[in-house]
Amino acid sequence: MTATLKTSAPIVPGSSARMGPSRLRPSDVVTVATDGLRQRKVRTALSALGITIGIAAMVAVLGLSESSRADLSNQIEQLGTNLLTVEPSGGFGGGDGVLPEESVAKLARIGPIEVVADVVVLDQAPLRNDVMSSNETKGLTAIVADIDLVATLRGSVSSGAWLDETTSQTPSVVLGSVAAERLAITSVTDGPMITIGGEWFTVIGILGDFPLAENLDRAVFIGKGAAVSVFDVELNPSVIYVRTDPDQLDAVRGVISPTVDPQSPDEVSISRPSDVLEAQDAADSAFTSLFLGLGAVALLVGGIGIANVMVIAVIERRNEIGLRRALGATRAHIRRQFLVEALLLSSLGGVAGVSVGAAVTAFYAGVEGWDVVIPPIAIIGGLAAAIAIGAIAGLYPAMRAARLAPTEALRSA
Amino acid sequence: MSHPALELIDVSKVYPGSPPVHALDHVSLRVDRGELLAIVGPSGSGKSTMLHVMGTLDRPTEGSLNIDGIEVSRLGDRKLSAVRSQRIGFVFQQFFLLHGASALDNVANGLLYSGTSKRTRRRRAAEQLDRVGLGRRLHHLPNELSGGERQRVAVARALVNEPSIVLADEPTGNLDSRSSAAVMDLLHKLHQEGSTILVITHEHAIAESLPRQVEMIDGRLVDLVGAPQ
Repeated sequence: MTATLKTSAPIVPGSSARMGPSRLRPSDVVTVATDGLRQRKVRTALSALGITIGIAAMVAVLGLSESSRADLSNQIEQLGTNLLTVEPSGGFGGGDGVLPEESVAKLARIGPIEVVADVVVLDQAPLRNDVMSSNETKGLTAIVADIDLVATLRGSVSSGAWLDETTSQTPSVVLGSVAAERLAITSVTDGPMITIGGEWFTVIGILGDFPLAENLDRAVFIGKGAAVSVFDVELNPSVIYVRTDPDQLDAVRGVISPTVDPQSPDEVSISRPSDVLEAQDAADSAFTSLFLGLGAVALLVGGIGIANVMVIAVIERRNEIGLRRALGATRAHIRRQFLVEALLLSSLGGVAGVSVGAAVTAFYAGVEGWDVVIPPIAIIGGLAAAIAIGAIAGLYPAMRAARLAPTEALRSA
Repeated sequence: MSHPALELIDVSKVYPGSPPVHALDHVSLRVDRGELLAIVGPSGSGKSTMLHVMGTLDRPTEGSLNIDGIEVSRLGDRKLSAVRSQRIGFVFQQFFLLHGASALDNVANGLLYSGTSKRTRRRRAAEQLDRVGLGRRLHHLPNELSGGERQRVAVARALVNEPSIVLADEPTGNLDSRSSAAVMDLLHKLHQEGSTILVITHEHAIAESLPRQVEMIDGRLVDLVGAPQ
């Protein structure tokens, strides 16, 4: 026993120089800070929650807006930005509100126009089938369609076939996707029939959705030949769809009106449907900024929560601080302990927040059928923001803890 | 023998105010290595200030303080902390054990700021717990130990860095008479093994059991028993 004691530091007079400094290993700093959090689990979880909510909101907002934007630009790319629609302008011009019948033929002669098709709305022909009562329309419209319509709009046929040269002369009808649903027709194999204006038509096809012309989803289409022979109508186009060479779009846009109606070109209105999707994209961005702002506010509140909890911890743990000082901790060691504690707390919140945000994005994108896109900036930025907030929130409490005089800290409460 | 374990020369501590409070009034005290002594005095006599100054937790207004030959009264925070971590062991009336840590880890914390590895700290902590008779209580938490056992854990923590002097502030103040006797027996045993121990107490009965007694009255020291020649 006495032998152990003789091993204590050799006695050299005037020896302060040979004494090493107080040292706290980095791994011990982390252990000490972790112990501080482990002993107050509920409080740790609650104070990290503020950061979690803020980070999760920001990651989810960025993830969702990025996912929806990816989906939207995917749509725009698929449909092309080179589609124009031409309609008579109703307006105050006093025009007759119709386009000349030969417009499509004239437009087809313009070089850069790749494909063109028109539709004519049959206002006077109510639709029926045997599941509909005689006084309902279900919001459906009968439309006379050019056989190039599906090609021009890059639409798709989900069942049966689109109108061709032959079937557009016969009493055949193709249903838009919504129209098929409302008429409760899912397949064309057993030759379902509907009536339009009291005349029977055989359903030969069902279309997929038209993303750029949603009103067509609620329509049923018959061919021009059939329309003329059955209903004896004028075929003044209600809308003309024009697909052009993308590089010549502006030039084409300029010549459409004079070509269609040389007498009164200002009674022709031209629009580009993809503009609507792009506008939607821009509107989404505005919402994204709003929600990011809200996320930032949540983050700020979370940071204040952490600062608050750390200030309380410093007051409650005065005796611990005093003890550590008596055991040889320098002011810097105490400061480091509390700063690392705040950093661990906020990082915990940050990691949880990124996970929750990613999960929310994945879930919502799954529901919407989008690809999940979580921008790396959201993950890195989320974690960086959490750490920065921990550092800022921890600084003041840590300084207070370090400045506490040992004699003050050891006084019993 | 060379320099003493601890020496105060003409130390005063004045707290500003009107009138200023002379908590320590030109106090001199020399504690040689291997001594076991008591500073006894009523509350308000300046005992606590004396302990804080001797433990480098507070600075004297004037005078000099030597610990193991190191003049510490002019040192900065970092060097003072190093003196505490390597030359001084503290035992407090309220034990000040960390609730969430085992007896072993509480004792190992006595070496936390020395930069030694966790393994070494735990090994040496186990040795000291064995020495204070708690070799079978290494992994108990403080609230699983009796008051006397807790204070013995605190004593082991004070010894684990092999300090030049152990400063014990009312070590039996929170204990019943049986635990008090056990802790005092332990201090005697450690003294016989060569440790230097200074006990601060207000109980004359405690002080009278120790070989040397110094009384503190109104910030001044009076030798009672066992003063060195």
